[in-house]
Amino acid sequence: MIKRYLTFFAIIVTCGLRLVSQAVDHQHDSPTYAQHEHNEHDGHDHSGHNHDGHDHSGHAHTAPANAQPHAASHDDHAEFDAKATAFHHISDLNVYNIGPWNLPLPCILYASGQGLSFFSSSKFGIDNAHHGSGHYAIDRYVLNEGKVMRIIEPTFPMGKVEIDGFATQETEVDGKKKYIDLVNYQGVPLPLEKSSTADGGIFGGGITGFYDLSISKNVFAMLLVIGLMSLVFISMARHYKRAPGTAPKGAQKLFEPIILFLQDEVAKPFLGEKYARFMPLLLAIFFFILGLNLFGQIPFLGAANVTGNLAVTMVLAILVFIVVNLNGNWHYWQHILWMPGIPAAVKIFVLTPVEILGVIIKPVTLMLRLFANITAGHMVITIFIGLIFIFGKSGESPGAAYGASIGSVLLTLFMMAIELLVAFIQAYVFTLLTASYIGAATEEHHHGHEEASH
Amino acid sequence: MDSIILLSMDFSPIKPNFGLLLWTVIVFLIFWLIIGKLAFKPIIKALNDRANDIQDSLNAAKTAREEMKSLISENERISAEAREEKMRIIRDAKESANALIAEARDKAKEEAQRIVTNAKADIENAKKAALVDVKNQVGAMAIDIAETVIRQKLSADSEQQDYIKRLVEEIKVN
Repeated sequence: MIKRYLTFFAIIVTCGLRLVSQAVDHQHDSPTYAQHEHNEHDGHDHSGHNHDGHDHSGHAHTAPANAQPHAASHDDHAEFDAKATAFHHISDLNVYNIGPWNLPLPCILYASGQGLSFFSSSKFGIDNAHHGSGHYAIDRYVLNEGKVMRIIEPTFPMGKVEIDGFATQETEVDGKKKYIDLVNYQGVPLPLEKSSTADGGIFGGGITGFYDLSISKNVFAMLLVIGLMSLVFISMARHYKRAPGTAPKGAQKLFEPIILFLQDEVAKPFLGEKYARFMPLLLAIFFFILGLNLFGQIPFLGAANVTGNLAVTMVLAILVFIVVNLNGNWHYWQHILWMPGIPAAVKIFVLTPVEILGVIIKPVTLMLRLFANITAGHMVITIFIGLIFIFGKSGESPGAAYGASIGSVLLTLFMMAIELLVAFIQAYVFTLLTASYIGAATEEHHHGHEEASH
Repeated sequence: MDSIILLSMDFSPIKPNFGLLLWTVIVFLIFWLIIGKLAFKPIIKALNDRANDIQDSLNAAKTAREEMKSLISENERISAEAREEKMRIIRDAKESANALIAEARDKAKEEAQRIVTNAKADIENAKKAALVDVKNQVGAMAIDIAETVIRQKLSADSEQQDYIKRLVEEIKVN
């Protein structure tokens, strides 16, 4: 028994050590990454042990060469910024990053007055070492840490133009931190704009100068996972048709219990006899969420945070909202708009507004719950891994990093186990609530019972 | 105070990008409507068909078992009846055999009786005839003897003649 524990411990330690050694290697390799940043133009050295001026710790926190005089820290050792790292890792990108590689993806960009641009993100000259930032601007578009942005300056030349690097300017507006992304072009920092988002400014986005309709990392993961699942389900369906009444084989064995569980424990109790009509929707929701949740947790496959992106959960929630309200029967609408047996004043001033709010809040909670759970899981894992770098102070104290790696690997393993559970639970909860909302909207109303209960 | 940092500090997943929205709508609608029609519906149908099949088979097995049970009891009843029938036939056969034997015995007895009776009657007749014969012969002998005797002693005596006549008469009557 003790021997087994010791073996387990040894494995964990070995894993941790390997992880740290990689991190440390990363550290010392930095000269190769640095070219991208600003060294070519300024030539002065910020970091102690670097040849080329830029200390890249994976997620360095230092000032670009051509920064303004009041620019930030000129530490010898750059600090690891866990928050920024986590933010980067959960973002949707225009490259598919696996390990140190950033594989190009197709960019479909639209800007008014400029029209539609379609090209591969490899055209930006992706720098694998630096989170996939581009060396070139293409028609005023640039690739900043894997994400396409646009140079606001209208006089910036079109076509392929070499740029010097990126930075972010942190300003405080009314006590709130605001970040502006900058591109360095011929020694001048130019502000960038992000692609338009549909949050209407609530979360800091909004309509900007261009729309990014690319096959992004998330879209690619979605196409891959949903494509694969579609093939599996179609081949399953074909097997059922070809050999009806035979014992399940292969994928059937895996999916049959899940499908039957959803049918018998989710669809039938909430939807009654109408369950068959909504089964394709419920199965699509469940497998869409589950497949992408699980795919996002596979290490070394990019860990695409698809279901942790508000756009994805928003689409699902809006579709559920549409299905629920299109299928709502007279009884459902009566209860929302004009609840029987309640004084008119109460109805007008309290009940109806609350009920209408409820109709909107239900899909909003669906949207936020899935988004928050998956994004939080991805961030926590990133930050736990980041503990190694925090303790190691970016290579300054490798001993602490080795020590931290043990704890980090244990915590990450634990977190991944939890996330595996969360992947299933969130897919199940989303499906269950969808079924319950549809069930409530389509419930047949028994008059006698209702009268008695009021 | 402004400061410059390297990394983009953007919590971007919470900002729904139009491209991702569009692609999610396309992919999900395909998954829901097309894969739903091509795969989910047939799978659900097949699963339900199979569930019904299994239920039907179970029901059929149950009825078969019940039928089997009733068949077994039917068989038992039939074999019991057969056994009874066999016993009855044997009993009847025995009875009729006994009856036949008894009848045969009776007939034999009767025949024997009849033969005996006939024999007795014949004997009687023969006896009677013999007696008659004997009587006749005895009578004749007696007459002869008497004639001889009388011829010597009762030659003229009428009284004696009469007496003899009466005696002879008596013998004749007898």
